[in-house]
Amino acid sequence: MRISVQEASFDPGQEMNAFASGRKDIGAFVTFTGVVRDTGEQKLQVMEIEHYPGMTEAALRDIAQQAVSRWSLGDVLVIHRYGTLKPGEVIMMVATAARHRKDAFEAAEFLMDYLKSRAPFWKREVTENGATWVAARDADEDALERW
Amino acid sequence: MDVLYFAWVRERIGLPREKLETSARTVSELVDELVAREERYAAAFADRSALRVALDQELSGFDASLSGVREVAFFPPMTGG
Repeated sequence: MRISVQEASFDPGQEMNAFASGRKDIGAFVTFTGVVRDTGEQKLQVMEIEHYPGMTEAALRDIAQQAVSRWSLGDVLVIHRYGTLKPGEVIMMVATAARHRKDAFEAAEFLMDYLKSRAPFWKREVTENGATWVAARDADEDALERW
Repeated sequence: MDVLYFAWVRERIGLPREKLETSARTVSELVDELVAREERYAAAFADRSALRVALDQELSGFDASLSGVREVAFFPPMTGG
């Protein structure tokens, strides 16, 4: 299991290759990559991501541990960036490895749902009209209920 | 006790962290103390249902005890991913 909270950019392809390298017991890898999106209505200049050093790593590790205890997984990877990001930049990635695809898919979805509303990150969108904190969506909280 | 603020809570209060001496027994009592202190705290804590709290880096509730707690953090609902 690897958890990384980092300011530096990363290459999801390279991370996936390193994650999968040398695994002969794994039949399924699922990866999700999140990218900073410009919604278009107000031109997004940058996205600022704040986090809670210490708690963030612990929360991500706890979420990953829960996934490992619920599904049959060979490995888990979570990378999440903080700092100032431009539209089109990679913001985060999760990867799961399992013998069978169902475990890999479900665990990846679980990780994403929990990460959205249980990992201490906050996003602030800076546009030409000013800056606003991204509000949490009820749908993100509701998404936890299915687990 | 260290008290930390994140995102718009930090902006409204105007600082990321401070050391406080308090006799508050619960998180709610601590918030009451802060709100009574200055307008910027009242603005930050105007709607407690819009806030989350962590005690020693564990998500907790406003009715939780502060006994033995070293670090309290206040922040809006998280928006990761």
